[in-house]
Amino acid sequence: MIRELELSEESLLTDEFLRQLINIGEVDIVVGLSTHNNARTIRPVVAAIQAGILKCFPRERVAIINADGGSQDDTIEQVQNASIDDLRRDSKVYALRTLHSISVQYGRIPDSGKALHTIFAGADLLRAKACVLISPETTTIEPDWLQRLARPAYYDNFDLVCPIYQRHRYEGALVRDLLYPMTRSMYGSRIREPYGSEFAISGRLAADYLSNGIMDQDWGRMGPEISITILALTGKYRVCQSFLGAKPPSSRGGHDMVAAMRRTVGALFASLDANFPCWSAVTESQPVPTLGTVTAHPQEALRINRKRLLDLFADGVTQLDPVLSSILSPSVLSDIRGIAALGIDEFDYPAELWTRTVFEFAASYHKSTINRDHIIQALIPLYRGRSLTFVIENRDGSEQDIERREESLCADFERLKPFLLEIWAERK
Amino acid sequence: MREIIVNELTQAFQQMARDIAHYLPRLVVMLIIVLIGWVIAYLLKLLVRSLLRLTKFAKLSENAGAAQLLHQAALPSSTELASRFIFWIAWIGFVLLGVSVLGIAGLQEYISRFFFFLPRLFAACVIFFFGLVAASFFSRAVLLTAVNANFRSSRMFSVAIRLIIVIFALSMAFEVLGIAEQTMLVAFATVFGAAMLGLAIAFGLGGQDLARKFLEKKFTRQNREEREDELSPL
Repeated sequence: MIRELELSEESLLTDEFLRQLINIGEVDIVVGLSTHNNARTIRPVVAAIQAGILKCFPRERVAIINADGGSQDDTIEQVQNASIDDLRRDSKVYALRTLHSISVQYGRIPDSGKALHTIFAGADLLRAKACVLISPETTTIEPDWLQRLARPAYYDNFDLVCPIYQRHRYEGALVRDLLYPMTRSMYGSRIREPYGSEFAISGRLAADYLSNGIMDQDWGRMGPEISITILALTGKYRVCQSFLGAKPPSSRGGHDMVAAMRRTVGALFASLDANFPCWSAVTESQPVPTLGTVTAHPQEALRINRKRLLDLFADGVTQLDPVLSSILSPSVLSDIRGIAALGIDEFDYPAELWTRTVFEFAASYHKSTINRDHIIQALIPLYRGRSLTFVIENRDGSEQDIERREESLCADFERLKPFLLEIWAERK
Repeated sequence: MREIIVNELTQAFQQMARDIAHYLPRLVVMLIIVLIGWVIAYLLKLLVRSLLRLTKFAKLSENAGAAQLLHQAALPSSTELASRFIFWIAWIGFVLLGVSVLGIAGLQEYISRFFFFLPRLFAACVIFFFGLVAASFFSRAVLLTAVNANFRSSRMFSVAIRLIIVIFALSMAFEVLGIAEQTMLVAFATVFGAAMLGLAIAFGLGGQDLARKFLEKKFTRQNREEREDELSPL
């Protein structure tokens, strides 16, 4: 039976959605899909999820919850019409339970926070023990991914299962250069993908996420995905990471850099305000259990226009000088100006300077030296400069070289943490 | 004759004594009001200074660009200036109140005009200050957006936005004060209209080819380049 709807989020859920949940009753695992105009990619993703359920969880009660943000195409219809019978015939595997699939439109504008809220609220009301989130754009998903994500949460009592992807060396530059080292240094856990498009959480963590009002705080609103990771780390939940496989190549340049910065770096910086007692006490990082064997991505040639990256960086530093001078200390800004004057052959944005830059941005964000959103936007040209150094350094390097440099960057972030604490405490 | 002179002198002295006796208490009252006014104005100054420090007014004015303006003009900090402004306004108010006690004909109207003018002066100051804040915020927002979109002449756009908002705030402040209302309005309309017309003509007629090339580059080739060259961040 569905327990009484005493949760605070009940008012956000539509009557129709609640009726569908009541019809389902209780489940063991919920698979959540947050969609918006994903008709092009949703069918193979749903098929892989269904195949994964048939293959890995035939005895468990599973429901797919599709939270849609006002799709204008037939995304919802495709999810609802995806039949598991075809898969059964092909695979000769039969689930012993009914696979429920429900769709709900939480609004007309896509909002990942509301989508996650809807899925978690559904999982909570269905008393699911584990909730797996899958991106509708991950066309490289395989049925095994479901097992790799859900099993640790469902059987091994892990509260958060983060993904590790097989990536091209130039993919995920922001994760590699900022999100991973910063999260590791601040919260003490070596989670490679703190902002994952696929992950699994326990029912306990989902309920906690819903009840402790993170969605009402800045960092929860700005970056719902990364805020789950931070909540799990600050709340001392059991966290692990699971190797999934190849992440689909993203359309380069298709990313809105400002939006990406806001929902990752912005949320991370904002979380430091709320969790100061927690992160200020962390002195070193610990590895987290990693499931599966990480394999290297086949490195096909990828053209990167280094000259253009340099122009973007140098022009940004010149044009934004008055903005940067109200964020950075004179010494760091002077070093950056020096780098901006370098040519492509001698260009180098060193790891230590990058670490100091990020920490000074975080401290300025905390002190609101200027508008916080402007601080996040001002970091973009500098991030491009650091990306250029990454490209130059690792163009001909092996996977081991890249890993070694990554570790060195993380070590700088951990070593210089007292510097952040020092400038954090300085008078506003 | 002698008696008349003595009588007149006596009457004059008596009248003067009466006048002094009449005005002396008023003068004392005025001095007391002025003195108390000074104390109240000074306390107000301290209170305003503390409040402004608590609310980080200096930071706000620094963000608004007002602090830089004051620095360039060799004036004290914005917090100090605002608290001094309050002191002088309050004290002048008390001085005028004291003067009105003397009952000097003709002064009353000027005094009431001053008190009538005070709220408008305050409103004008507030409008201009928030105009500076808005100018700073929007010019920085434009600068960041333009730089991150790899738009050339980002700084020029930012300065133009700042200038337009400052002129707009200034014209609003003058309108509230009732000083050179029409002149400011006409000046603003002329400057703004001329700037827009100039840009339109320059971009639409004078630079047809440039505009076409720019738009082509912006929406076709450059976008394609960006997609090819940008690193995927996430």
